[in-house]
Amino acid sequence: MSGATRLAGVLPAATRSRARSADRVWDGVLYGLCMLASVLAVVVLGAIAYKVISGASESLSRFGPGFLVHSTWKPNFGSFGAAPFLFGTAVTSFTALLLSVPIGISIGLYLSMVAPQRLRRVIGPLVEMLAAIPSVILGFWGIIVLAPFLQAHLEPFLHGALGFLPPFGAPATTGSGLFNASLILTIMVVPIIASISRDLFLTVPQELQDGATALGATRWEVLRGVVLPSAASGVAAAAFLGLGRALGEAIAVTQVIGAGSSINASLFQTGDTLASRIANQYGSATTTLHVASLFYLGLILLVIELLVNIAAQLIARRFDVQRASAR
Amino acid sequence: MSDLAGPSRGLAGRSQEQMTDLAGLSPEHASGEVGSLSASASELHDQVGPLTPSGHLRRRQLISRLVEASQTTAALLAVALLGIVVYSVASRAASVLSFDFLTKDLAPSGAPGGGIAPAIIGTAVIVALATVIAMPVGILVALYLTEFAGARAASAIRLALDLLNGMPTILIGLFIFGLLIVGHHQSGFAGSVALAIVILPLVARATQEVLLLVPPSLREAADALGVSHWRTVRGVVLPAARGGILTATMLAVARAAGETAPLLFTCSIFANSVSVNPFGQLGLPNIPVYIFTASEAADPYGFARAWGAAFVLLAFILLANLGVRAFANRSSSGGRSP
Repeated sequence: MSGATRLAGVLPAATRSRARSADRVWDGVLYGLCMLASVLAVVVLGAIAYKVISGASESLSRFGPGFLVHSTWKPNFGSFGAAPFLFGTAVTSFTALLLSVPIGISIGLYLSMVAPQRLRRVIGPLVEMLAAIPSVILGFWGIIVLAPFLQAHLEPFLHGALGFLPPFGAPATTGSGLFNASLILTIMVVPIIASISRDLFLTVPQELQDGATALGATRWEVLRGVVLPSAASGVAAAAFLGLGRALGEAIAVTQVIGAGSSINASLFQTGDTLASRIANQYGSATTTLHVASLFYLGLILLVIELLVNIAAQLIARRFDVQRASAR
Repeated sequence: MSDLAGPSRGLAGRSQEQMTDLAGLSPEHASGEVGSLSASASELHDQVGPLTPSGHLRRRQLISRLVEASQTTAALLAVALLGIVVYSVASRAASVLSFDFLTKDLAPSGAPGGGIAPAIIGTAVIVALATVIAMPVGILVALYLTEFAGARAASAIRLALDLLNGMPTILIGLFIFGLLIVGHHQSGFAGSVALAIVILPLVARATQEVLLLVPPSLREAADALGVSHWRTVRGVVLPAARGGILTATMLAVARAAGETAPLLFTCSIFANSVSVNPFGQLGLPNIPVYIFTASEAADPYGFARAWGAAFVLLAFILLANLGVRAFANRSSSGGRSP
């Protein structure tokens, strides 16, 4: 009804023949603009890759692929290698994912299956708000509030209980380090996994769940036997998207990781990730080789990030296809 | 899975006892008459394997309840974290928040007092300019996806948007640095372009979702009346999707307002006074970079001001999210499917 009243305004003009040829022009203009905007979006993606590669060219030709395994980073001596930052990125992202996948899925299950309707409408948005906190504020909180707590309580406790394992070495003096960065990344990734997996779980057909319940399955057995398997690939895609977020986060990690340049087995020592090294040394880079090496770190990050995101999209699409054909 | 496969296999030859167990009763209830008879037999030969009650049910229900409790705990933990972060920011900001703080110029590092007015205004200018750049492009991309593109082109563009969305913002900063800053100087405009790249995929993807929800009957009605394509888009499709597009844009603005990494190389050198010119010799002061710089310097006055700035930014972002949610709930309960 409302559509018809809206049409009343445009109808008389559209019936006149002169207006019709003008319409054809405007149709073309609209198509052209839409096309142009879409091409622009693709071009921006390509241009980012091009700029990062061209910025890294000096370092690329100087160090080649050996950059990836070289482990010293001494700008004053013109010696650059990405190994410590690859290590830091891998450790922080892996730890963050290890913590956030079970927590995120649990929250997703709670919000879609367990919680009473009224609570869902309150807790769901609050969890999403956690994702809206700017990374710079979370990082600042990580330095001032979380770091002293880790240094005084959690790290000594973990060291006491699990100290025989290399990742749980003696606590450092400040509480800044790989562990702090992992926890901050966990806080960022949990809401992503939680909200995606909640939406996935809500699409699991009710009949399947009812069937399992009728066969005597407990609530958890329904979740484990029916809900989780039928949403598994979507949850995997969500985990990949969370991983992408963790790998690329620069600001909050820079604030809490302590900017170390060496490889340490202990989570409680300082380190640096690819993204955080770019963020904290860009302003102070003086030689062109130093700048190019930072771009090289950016290039490595770009390649990893594209692979992770493409993997997430591929999994998600396959999942979508299965869903659509199952309906 | 194996626990669930069990029941379907052997439902036929089942004793009273096991059937009551399946219905969710504890074995004790049923063990009165049948249980005493079959006890000796089932010790010799377990006929129904995994479904034999024998106290299993209690354990299964206990596990189920424990898991539910842990899920509840996880959700409460997330909410508690939000509360802790907001409380930390608010309680530390309380000492500096005042009318002066919101209206005075930035103070130099190491000095007490001062405000964040230039940063608030600068952030508003940068984000507004970024939105002006990204919003039309995003809507046009979404229109292309829903109105014109073939299946293959559409999936390629969607992939590009998703990759752009997943792009680390620090790389967007590097890109704009290489594109606009090298050989020139930092500017608010460069920061806006960087933020526009952050906003573009968010607006485009969300707008596309909304456009797909526009009822086909509206479009068909326009087609049946012989209305040209662009008039249909202007008069029918876009107005029907207006609420959703505004919602998406507002969320993207809230996201962009808190982004630091794209501004770090493009708009991090600025004066302490109010400036609204995005093309000036310096960058525009802005809240995220201000917080970041203060958090890296060991200056107690700077920390206090940074908490104040963080509170202002956080309040804006959380209120924007709440507002959008309330708006979306109201318009979806007004008839349009969510």
